[in-house]
Amino acid sequence: MSTHTFKPDLPPPNRSIGAWAWMRANLFSSVFNTLLTLLALYLVWLLVPPMIKWAFLDATFRGTERSDCTPGGACWVFIKMRFGQFMYGFYPPELRWRVDLTLLLAIVGTVPLFIKAMPRKAIYGIAFLIIYPVVAWVLLHGGVLGLDAVPTSRWGGLTLTLVIASVGIAGALPLGIFLALGRRSEMPAVRVLCVTFIEFWRGIPLITVLFMSSVMLPLFLPEGMSFDKLLRALIGVILFQSAYIAEVVRGGLQAIPKGQYEAASAMGLGYWRAMGLVILPQALKLVIPGIVNTFIALFKDTSLVIIIGLFDLLNSLHQATVDPVWLGMSTEGYVFGALIYWAFCFGMSQYSQRLERRLDTSHRS
Amino acid sequence: MKMVKSTLAILTTAAVLGVSGFAHAGATLDAVKKKGFVQCGISDGLPGFSYAEAGGKYAGLDVDVCRAVAAAVFGDAEKVRYSPLTAKERFTALQSGEIDILSRNTTWTSSRDAGMGMNFIGVTYYDGVGFLVNKKLGVSSAKELDGATICIQAGTTTELNVSDYFRSNGMKYTPITYDRSDESAKSLEAGRCDVLTSDQSQLYAQRIKLANPDDYVVLPEVISKEPLGPAVRRGDDEWFAIAKWSLFAMIGAEELGVTSANVEEMAKNAKNPDVARLLGAEGNFGNDLKLPKDWAVKIVKQVGNYGEVFERNVGMGSALKIKRGLNAQWNNGGILYAPPVR
Repeated sequence: MSTHTFKPDLPPPNRSIGAWAWMRANLFSSVFNTLLTLLALYLVWLLVPPMIKWAFLDATFRGTERSDCTPGGACWVFIKMRFGQFMYGFYPPELRWRVDLTLLLAIVGTVPLFIKAMPRKAIYGIAFLIIYPVVAWVLLHGGVLGLDAVPTSRWGGLTLTLVIASVGIAGALPLGIFLALGRRSEMPAVRVLCVTFIEFWRGIPLITVLFMSSVMLPLFLPEGMSFDKLLRALIGVILFQSAYIAEVVRGGLQAIPKGQYEAASAMGLGYWRAMGLVILPQALKLVIPGIVNTFIALFKDTSLVIIIGLFDLLNSLHQATVDPVWLGMSTEGYVFGALIYWAFCFGMSQYSQRLERRLDTSHRS
Repeated sequence: MKMVKSTLAILTTAAVLGVSGFAHAGATLDAVKKKGFVQCGISDGLPGFSYAEAGGKYAGLDVDVCRAVAAAVFGDAEKVRYSPLTAKERFTALQSGEIDILSRNTTWTSSRDAGMGMNFIGVTYYDGVGFLVNKKLGVSSAKELDGATICIQAGTTTELNVSDYFRSNGMKYTPITYDRSDESAKSLEAGRCDVLTSDQSQLYAQRIKLANPDDYVVLPEVISKEPLGPAVRRGDDEWFAIAKWSLFAMIGAEELGVTSANVEEMAKNAKNPDVARLLGAEGNFGNDLKLPKDWAVKIVKQVGNYGEVFERNVGMGSALKIKRGLNAQWNNGGILYAPPVR
């Protein structure tokens, strides 16, 4: 008895696999798609080679002066020479290690929070959130422990952008959560207060808040008394963004089924414990995309402090382009600025996606 | 220039509410001496007038005025702290006492001088709205600009001045308004407009931004008066006098030939009685100003006379290469004239 042996499967025809098939299916599936593809290719050909030529081929990387740069290409020498100022603003060069150390401490300090097996993570996290700002303030501002004082007016560049963004985030998130809870509260006074607060801050542009804080506020203060400009901006940013966070969080609270609230009550949990242990962990997880979206917007909105004469990254770039030695370098400056902003925002977005995956308890499936 | 209506409104509100309190005479000098530095309001970046150098130090014509005041008060031009201010913030900052002196290319006008609680101490730069054109146009005078497309920077009185000028000369033009100076320079380069108009001092800066600056020329006409000067808060005459005479000392020193290089030598053996009085070798005129005897020596030594300051920041010694023009001494074709020290 002969056994029938199957012939091995033939590979699929070339037309249905590989790059060619993919292109046929996705790029040239119809006349219209083919036309669109060709048009897109033409646009790429039109835009990309000149950009590469400008940014790399014709660009000047070496040298120390404007005269070292060849006309026609980008002059990255400008970025190189002013790099310190873009990063630290007018922070005294010999004290810049303090900024570096502050950033290093932030990175080192947050690492344990990412270790899954870390015991007592919550206590550590809260301790970090209380201790770190004090350490950062002492390091950045100085004036105590024998450190030279560096007034906030000398802070600038990316340092200032990060300070505003991180303080804004750290301040707006808790305040926003409380506002969201307050808005759903059954106590009329609390509810009215929170609704008024949220609707007020959401109803005005951030630029107005900053402008008022720096132009109107000093007129109402006694002569000679002046608030720190940075502090004014920080308070404005926190209040403004907390209103947005509140609404995002409220969206999450509304998505939690009533059963969860009832279950928490049935367990004998009071309001705060029910919220803290049952409702908020679920609600916040749901609204991670919304919260990160707000944070990314906040990060980019920090550039609005240009209106009150603070030298964040964007304003430092602008400031460098008005130095007569480097006049006309604005394109290089803005391209560099855009890259930095993009890197930070993309990083935040990636982190939020990782967080979503890690916290995913698959309620959806 | 850069007149902002809203500022007026804000200040009016402030005045009505009675919050724009005026300092008592002498209060500013005492406060400045107590805190140990002069708080100086400058622009948020204007080529040649105030900008940050690579090391993070501020430089420029406006900056040097503040340095001169610090040199007169403390004998040390470095005892200045700067507040970069936007055009909208500047008057509030002065009024509210945040700054001691506003040195931010501000045009001296009647409404600002009389209506805003501030006193202008003099003129540091005689500016005016001018035109930058491509040489290819073959235009040598603004009168030939009939029918031109003009790039204008928004938010300044330039628009008004250009409109007035063209109307009074019976010429037509098409305005294109830009928000930032970088855009208007690029626009001129791309040929979207024939002419770029702005304050003449800024046109020289705009010209450097172009790929081929030599193809463009600043027309000789200036169509408006823009005397730029520093200002102090109204109501403190003593501080007003100190700021005013710090500027006069720089201008006077140039007229008398006193420079940062020879000032100490001249202070020791001054033959000209005017020089001797200015530098404190004869009499003690600093006393009237509540300043040390050698106040002018310190200014000229550490900051320079007006001519040196001009050349270093905006003149031939700088990238801008602006000619002295109206800003030359009265005996040299300009209109700078400092009252004598005596």
